[in-house]
Amino acid sequence: MLQNEIAISVEGLKKSYKRVSVLNGVDFHVKKGSVFALLGSNGAGKTTIIRILSTLLKQDSGNVMVNGFDVVAEPVKVRRSISLTGQFAAIDEVLTGRENLVMIARLRHLSNPQQIAADLLDRFGLTGGADRKTATYSGGMRRRLDIAMSLVGNAELVFLDEPTTGLDPEARIEVWKIIKELAAAGTTVFLTTQYLDEAEQLADNIAILHQGKIIVNGTLADLKKKYPPAKIEYIEKQPTLEDIFLAIVGKKEVV
Amino acid sequence: MEAVKNYYFADMRVMLGRSMRHVLRSMDTIITVTIMPVAMMLLFVYVLGGAIQSGSDNYVNYLLPGILLIAIANSIGYTSYRLFNDVQRGIFERFNSMPVSRSAALWGHVLTSLVSNAISLTVIVLVALIMGFRSHAGILQWLAVAGLLALVTLTLTWIAAIAGLSAKSVDGATAIAYPIHLLPLISSAFVPTSSMPKGVRAFAENQPMTSIVETIRALLFNQPVGNAIWIAIAWCAGLMIVAYLFAMRAYRKHV
Repeated sequence: MLQNEIAISVEGLKKSYKRVSVLNGVDFHVKKGSVFALLGSNGAGKTTIIRILSTLLKQDSGNVMVNGFDVVAEPVKVRRSISLTGQFAAIDEVLTGRENLVMIARLRHLSNPQQIAADLLDRFGLTGGADRKTATYSGGMRRRLDIAMSLVGNAELVFLDEPTTGLDPEARIEVWKIIKELAAAGTTVFLTTQYLDEAEQLADNIAILHQGKIIVNGTLADLKKKYPPAKIEYIEKQPTLEDIFLAIVGKKEVV
Repeated sequence: MEAVKNYYFADMRVMLGRSMRHVLRSMDTIITVTIMPVAMMLLFVYVLGGAIQSGSDNYVNYLLPGILLIAIANSIGYTSYRLFNDVQRGIFERFNSMPVSRSAALWGHVLTSLVSNAISLTVIVLVALIMGFRSHAGILQWLAVAGLLALVTLTLTWIAAIAGLSAKSVDGATAIAYPIHLLPLISSAFVPTSSMPKGVRAFAENQPMTSIVETIRALLFNQPVGNAIWIAIAWCAGLMIVAYLFAMRAYRKHV
């Protein structure tokens, strides 16, 4: 990979909390414009990696570059080029959806915050609830607003920490659609997930974090080639409960 | 860093606007910081006042400084509460992963406390005027009163910030308000200390609220403030510096 094609480069990353070592030498690269999924079970250290990459937490050792800037030496430049959607929707519940977006646009020092807010509300199907306090939003709406807030200012690299955890299947598919659109527009997406099908659906590259190290890293095709060899079996395709659920609720609007 | 500095006041204005909305949209806050103190003032003057020997012909004149302090004390629990929520809900995390000046979020809360107290204290003074409160103070004395009240507000706000930033639960965050509520009651705010039993009197005369109340009273009635003003300022400044340092330390754990 050429230097200017790399969005994230992590080498020898180590981090421990008190005496518990969470990351013991993590290495990986993320290519610009790709979707990178970091898989791992609960407590594997996925969020720790995201917090270090987004300058919220300092590593104990290791080299971490984001969009060409060192996260320790130049955190402000890193922050200007990224956006973070944390594990729990970080929205202001007292404000309306519109006010939340306008606030973020102002804090990113953009011109015309009202227009930016209106465009994002429209793009995320939130126009109907735009002027309601977000405390009244459903889980799916909160997540969409949360992601919309992260897209204010069109950061070139977006971190999504377990973006679909706790969402119902419809909301999950909507979030997938948003991520696919982002990828299509050339944004680099770094996401963590516990759901294997999510990584399969979205990611160009998949890495698995286990016991503080990346144990596998590659495209889905790479991983399929390496691990349990493919078998050909003929089985009846029973609909899953998810298929049934989605067939029944169908195309209903979620707003 | 240079670009961040330029935006410091713009960022703080956004933060201030945001938490002022939290104040103005919370009926509970408005009742506690404005309506309750007014109700107490009515109660003390028209129900209990007849039986209180304050040594002034109009009890509302004697009472007003204490009521103003009660209003400030009532308000600071909300500062803790708002800070606690921002930490818990990941709002600070979101701000801190953005190119926003580091302390703008915290100062936004502190400024909100100053501005909202200025509003509620003004309302209380206006009601007192209707109830017959009259002052001999000139512009300079009024400015001194306003300055001292602002100093008291800042001091109590920084104390509240420690609780809001380090508490593990909402109850813990707001518990700080209760002992502070009691302080004005065990002072010369409502009755002269000479009527109290020895031990209580010793406490009342040597705690900060009494010197603050005495100073405001003296300023409002154009009497010599004596040492009380310096004792009041020393108390506030000393407590504020200590509280500020602890609050900043707690804040840095989150940024």
